[in-house]
Amino acid sequence: MLARVRVPREAKRGEIIEIRIAIQHRMETGFRLDNFGRPIAKNVINALVCRYNGTEVFRAEMGSGIAANPYLQFHAVAEASGEFVFEWTDDAGERGSERASITVTG
Amino acid sequence: MRRRRFMTLAGALTASQALPALCAVAEEDPLAEPIRAFAAGTPVREGKVVVDTPRLADNGFSVPLKISVENAMTPADYVRAIVILAPRNPRPVVATYHLTPKSGKATVSTRVRLNGTQNVLVLARLSDGSVWSGTAEVVVTESACLDES
Repeated sequence: MLARVRVPREAKRGEIIEIRIAIQHRMETGFRLDNFGRPIAKNVINALVCRYNGTEVFRAEMGSGIAANPYLQFHAVAEASGEFVFEWTDDAGERGSERASITVTG
Repeated sequence: MRRRRFMTLAGALTASQALPALCAVAEEDPLAEPIRAFAAGTPVREGKVVVDTPRLADNGFSVPLKISVENAMTPADYVRAIVILAPRNPRPVVATYHLTPKSGKATVSTRVRLNGTQNVLVLARLSDGSVWSGTAEVVVTESACLDES
């Protein structure tokens, strides 16, 4: 699963930084039919977690009400240089992950 | 004596008749169950939650939604969870977010699907257990779910 994350490369200690993530996924609702009239199984990214140097800062549970190619923007407090790790799973059991590093000064 | 007995009986009868009607009303509200699940018995108070959406959405497939909870984010007092509820969607619970004091700010943006014009309800649960709410009405000209994609 393709994904794009945006985390500032540098931040001052204590600064509230903005984090954005967009994942390529159809977010299949389960209400649609294919060309033969058969229902297409529901398959959405149901869980996403963001950890900063191993500590959870944000977690999302999502359903079919989230638009295709889910996008999320949230925040975190820059505490120390390190890494943001994003992990997610869809209904089909497929997993994806992405990471971004940050340098914290001051 | 006899009259009193009759009255209590009549009272019991009307109560038993009124009860199923009440239950039916509760079942009709698609948000009753999700609200109960999220608030866990805590009364929901209006305020603190600001929901930002366009007033008019051309189509319901992808509606930008920004939630801001006006509350501190310190270890002693922070926003623990946020839920987005869309009463007219086939599955009213759109998403649940879990925050921590390390989130710094209780602001989350996403894009949602809306099955027609409705009042989107957002609830936030704080670390002290209180539950707050905010709404935004979105007029959807072309709803999601009816069409493809």
